[in-house]
Amino acid sequence: MSTKKPVLQVKGLRVSFFTDDGEVPAVDDIDFYVREGEVLGIVGESGCGKSVTSLSVMGLIPNPPGKIVAGEIKLNGEELTSASEKRMRQIRGNDVAMIFQEPMTSLNPLFTIGSQLMDATLIHKKGNKKQAKKRAIDMLKLVGLPRAEELMNEYPHQLSGGMRQRVMIAMAMVCDPKLLIADEPTTALDVTIQAQILKLMKRLNIELNTAIMLITHDLGVVAETCERVVVMYAGKVVENGDAVDIFKDPQHPYTRGLIQSVPDMRHKKQRLYSIPGNVPRPGSIKQGCRFAARCEFAFDRCLQEDPPLYKTAEGHSTRCFLFDNQEGKVNDNRATVTS
Amino acid sequence: MLQYIMRRLLQLIPVLLGMTFIVFLIIRAIPGDPAVVILGQQATEEAVAALRESLGLNNPWYIQYFEYLKNLFTGDLGQSIRTRTAVNEEIWPYLAATFELSIFAIVIAVVIGVNAGIISAWFQNSWFDYTAMVLALIGVSMPIFWLGLMMQYQFSLQWDWLPTTGRENVRDPVNAITNLYVLDTIIQGRFDQTVDVLRHLVMPGLALATIPMAIIARMTRSSMLEVMKSDYIRTARAKGEKMFWVVYKHSLKNAVIPVLTVIGLQTGLLLGGAILTETIFGLPGIGRYIYEAISSRDYPVIQSGILVVAFIFVMINLIVDILYSIVDPRIRYS
Repeated sequence: MSTKKPVLQVKGLRVSFFTDDGEVPAVDDIDFYVREGEVLGIVGESGCGKSVTSLSVMGLIPNPPGKIVAGEIKLNGEELTSASEKRMRQIRGNDVAMIFQEPMTSLNPLFTIGSQLMDATLIHKKGNKKQAKKRAIDMLKLVGLPRAEELMNEYPHQLSGGMRQRVMIAMAMVCDPKLLIADEPTTALDVTIQAQILKLMKRLNIELNTAIMLITHDLGVVAETCERVVVMYAGKVVENGDAVDIFKDPQHPYTRGLIQSVPDMRHKKQRLYSIPGNVPRPGSIKQGCRFAARCEFAFDRCLQEDPPLYKTAEGHSTRCFLFDNQEGKVNDNRATVTS
Repeated sequence: MLQYIMRRLLQLIPVLLGMTFIVFLIIRAIPGDPAVVILGQQATEEAVAALRESLGLNNPWYIQYFEYLKNLFTGDLGQSIRTRTAVNEEIWPYLAATFELSIFAIVIAVVIGVNAGIISAWFQNSWFDYTAMVLALIGVSMPIFWLGLMMQYQFSLQWDWLPTTGRENVRDPVNAITNLYVLDTIIQGRFDQTVDVLRHLVMPGLALATIPMAIIARMTRSSMLEVMKSDYIRTARAKGEKMFWVVYKHSLKNAVIPVLTVIGLQTGLLLGGAILTETIFGLPGIGRYIYEAISSRDYPVIQSGILVVAFIFVMINLIVDILYSIVDPRIRYS
């Protein structure tokens, strides 16, 4: 076990959206932590609450209708759920920064790259425009963009998607944050560009020791970059553990499904596996395990009780009754699972 | 860019030509004879015929039209039938009065309208938003002549705060240089007169500003709401930017383009369409000038007056188009 202390610690977080139909929990009682300088992957299908989780950390849940109902979010020991808007503004962009899925729309089309890069420095750091400009140019060079000086005076529409995402990363890193939240940073990009962006993030992670919370639905991305993984399903954490363990020994039927549905070039003729059914609408399942309806191993208990997280190995736990009272051991049902 | 402006200016020529043609035909379709208007109903037929001859009204219409165009190309707007003076000479004071009033009104409309729209969008569904939007709805549907009369009744007759009509204190008239009285009085250092002229502008200015203000507020609000939902605004907030700057810097610049369009159109309308306000408040503006020309069938004044207003209207639109490209780097004209 690493002895590094956690930068971010989320405990029992519950975020609900209050609509005309009543309270809809988007994130329900989740726990996870990110340690200094590590890359944590949060994996799950669309609508499982990944983005809501990241926006909660930033304090940017649109309110109304969204609200953090319960739980704590601790950044370097400081509680954020009760922090004032003023304090949150000091934290955003300075201690925690975020990059978004759509580099095409995440940059303001009417301001130059330079002006947008200098914003955060001018907000958070003491110093004049000249220093902010120098810092911005340094950042553009750091993220591997050519012609940094010229880029400062260009507008987002003059850049390609990959370049814009690099600009977004430069913008996020400009104040040297402790934690970078990347919400599907490569989803909107070409595959070749995806690899470059991931490599860049990994490099920054190592060089600057910035912890990264990488949100994605792509297991390939996780395998390449993350040390630990949290798998989310319908607003809950269903499995978490070291990336290596999870890929070698996926436990929750959902995680297995996800791994099986990654195309494998070695078996071209095989039909690609897909998990039957759809992600349930938030709040639609009132009783039992949320995955039960799509799970091929579901039994009676799964439909009645909501399973807790079972610790199956050091640093590895699973929210599935198949692992009930078998701590660390393989249970009987397990045999059928692996067959 | 310069090339674009030149091309746009060239494109104006057919537009304005077409307009002169239509106006020329329409005013001749109105019943009534300028000669009769000048000489009165009791005039003999011979006198009327002689006057018509001397005014060139007996020529076929196309001869008259080409005569008119020929003069236009030399910069001659014709001679008023009624006052017998060149339109070129007499039109400016009227135009200046309208300019002064319209600029005053549009500044009020933009400052209040844009800010009301921004704050309504920022605090959507708040009491401010509801109040502002109800007022805006009342504003767009307000009959201006009625509003003008009510203001005169309340502020002049009842409370005696503001002068009822006119541009200036008739006992201490402004010594006109540019005919923009605010400017004239400042140039001459007569600041007491400046105050007086401004006091004369308040009521007609407010009356005239009502509808544009309401339209601008509604347009700003809807445009801002749209922009504030966008990803780049979330990015700005994620940087830790203060909400005030998120709204007034990052959002406003993006929301301003449809608002500019509305401001341009409304300014054009104010310049040409202030007839009601000018009549109620006894202001000698271009609207009144054309209106009186129509009553007396003063063909050259009607034609030239409308031509000048149309020219200003298209120029404002050109300016708005140029402003687009200044605000938005993605809009490039070539």
